[in-house]
Amino acid sequence: MKYLDEFRDPNIVKKIVKDIKDTVTQPWVIMEICGGQTHSIIKNGIHQMLPEEITLVHGPGCPVCVTPLEMIDQAIAIAKTDGVIFTSFGDMLRVPGSHSDLLKAKSEGADVRMVYSPLEALKLAREHPDREVVFFAVGFETTAPGNAMAVYQAEKEGLTNFSELVSHVLVPPAMKALLDDPQNRVQAYLAAGHVCAVMGWEEYEPIVQTYNVPIVPTGFEPMDLMEGIRLAVGQLENGRADLENQYSRVVKRQGNTEAKKIINEVYQVCDRKWRGIGTIPLSGWRLNDEYQMYDAAKKFNVGSIETMESDVCISGIILQGLKKPPECPAFGKECTPEHPLGATMVSSEGACAAYYKYHR
Amino acid sequence: MSEKQSMLEKFSCPLPQTNYDTIQMAHGSGGKLSNDLLEKIFLPCFSNEKLNKNRLEDQAVIEHKTGRLSFSTDTFTVQPIFFPGGNIGELAVNGTVNDVCMNGAIPQFLSVGFIIEEGLPIKDLHDIVVSMRQAADDAGVTVVTGDTKVVNKGSCDQLFINTSGIGWIADDVNISAKNIKAGDRIIVSGTIADHGMAVMTSREGLSFENRILSDTAALNDLVKVMLSFNPAIHAMRDPTRGGVATTLNELAVMSGTGMRIYENRIPVKNDVRGACEILGIDPLHVANEGKLLAIVSANEADQIVQAMNRHDLGKEARIIGEVVKNHPEHLVMENIYGVERIIDMLVGEQLPRIC
Repeated sequence: MKYLDEFRDPNIVKKIVKDIKDTVTQPWVIMEICGGQTHSIIKNGIHQMLPEEITLVHGPGCPVCVTPLEMIDQAIAIAKTDGVIFTSFGDMLRVPGSHSDLLKAKSEGADVRMVYSPLEALKLAREHPDREVVFFAVGFETTAPGNAMAVYQAEKEGLTNFSELVSHVLVPPAMKALLDDPQNRVQAYLAAGHVCAVMGWEEYEPIVQTYNVPIVPTGFEPMDLMEGIRLAVGQLENGRADLENQYSRVVKRQGNTEAKKIINEVYQVCDRKWRGIGTIPLSGWRLNDEYQMYDAAKKFNVGSIETMESDVCISGIILQGLKKPPECPAFGKECTPEHPLGATMVSSEGACAAYYKYHR
Repeated sequence: MSEKQSMLEKFSCPLPQTNYDTIQMAHGSGGKLSNDLLEKIFLPCFSNEKLNKNRLEDQAVIEHKTGRLSFSTDTFTVQPIFFPGGNIGELAVNGTVNDVCMNGAIPQFLSVGFIIEEGLPIKDLHDIVVSMRQAADDAGVTVVTGDTKVVNKGSCDQLFINTSGIGWIADDVNISAKNIKAGDRIIVSGTIADHGMAVMTSREGLSFENRILSDTAALNDLVKVMLSFNPAIHAMRDPTRGGVATTLNELAVMSGTGMRIYENRIPVKNDVRGACEILGIDPLHVANEGKLLAIVSANEADQIVQAMNRHDLGKEARIIGEVVKNHPEHLVMENIYGVERIIDMLVGEQLPRIC
């Protein structure tokens, strides 16, 4: 199949693996940022093909995993409100909050609907003027342009029955927070290709310089990932730290300027709590002051809901790349995709779910 | 297709006589409107000797042969009720025919129960019933008894159909997961994931350039071809909900063996694969409605595949793996890089990924 098979060609992948084996002389720790990359690595067995010197640690780039518990609780509270149609991407529906999840709320009578795009939620708002339609706006820079566009269009059309529960997160502040951690082991990053497709890589250049860490924006197919690892290892072995773009067929330095424009129109940077990690300054987006009337947390007065995390689950430590899923005592025992204790077991992009699915 | 159209013409929709173009609660009351539905749709469409003879009785009478019967029931709630490549009615006939025949039985009779939400267009019901008759004729089974209930708006989603089926099992046929043993080969009868993706892509309103068609089909004729290799056919299943992965996991658990398959041997149509990639779904977990998995003895596997290839529903049949002693009760797949991974059953509902 075009655009897929050429990036999965076993012969090319094996050639790149050989290159890596020929280059590597000492142990290196590389983190792939994005949950989609983690999924592809585990599914395709990329980590099993690599020489043992290379350790891949799985980054915090799964939006489902890092959305804080209290956001889920707020979402459930809104979904249970009379007259509300609560819309969300599919993955968020099974994430456990403190006592329930959105699918359970649905089974108890809440009108919860899965959508593929926030613009579908907007369509629901047009079709149901007597109902309040709320969209759960989660995700990294990848989902932000669409989520921003929905609010922008709602405002242009004068739709007052649409709002978003916004829990947007940003990649670069999380990368810095990980490097600042005294326990950090990460020596190079594979940056998330689709995040960079939107944002470009200018904002990563200061991180490369300040922390002297190679950053390689990388795609998601086996060949992309192997090539990204090859570039990172090449830099590490040569003592270089540069921004090197593996995903050149998609990612440009300036990113997608139109997408960035709409994000800046609707959202502004704010502090954001990350599940399992805690608050990272200036690591998220919220609706800016002009679009406050589209803030579902305010509209439904759920902003005050706060929640404590479970103390059994080590998803925070896993999200920081300090431990791998099988090192968790609950992994595959109390915690399975059927009965997840933490979000990393729920999302198909979560490291625990990926390990459970492909690598027990 | 042309045959289906001719059936439609034959049983032209009797709208003018009923005064209603949608189902009313009274259509389920047992009174005049119920009788209208029976006389104008169900009896003429399903017309056959047994049904006609027993039309005023509460039950069908079936002459019993000696030996074993295969008996199965299934309820169909697919949404949308019309999907590319079929509708809920055909699915209800084919689904139960397939369940009945996976142990080698020859399906004979079906019962049909309808639960209809008030407001369903009568024309839709009529079209569905006509296609059920067509599917039953294609599969060589007859509908001998049935029932209709109408429920309030919101109590069901347009139309639910239950079908039960009975088939005869020949005395020398013994197909069961208990027969599976290490060394057996795993055969799939054709491309996987067609039905699930046909429904999913039409349900979510995604428009693909090539519309994916459901593979809904009755497999009993293909099974008949395969039975000429009895007793080399050890076990058979139709991998419906949960897909090939779930069915092979179930067979592994039931037989206490391990299942091993090869990614590069599993047939998936290009448009189906594309849709799976876009939605982030593994075709191994997607439902099929006209495919079977067979576990067969190694030394006759190739001949069985060749015989299946000569049948319309088995043109793409092939060996996708084998039964092993290692990793009992688990399904393992070797990918195109030669790396192995466990393939689990489908957990929960299949939820598309965010990005």
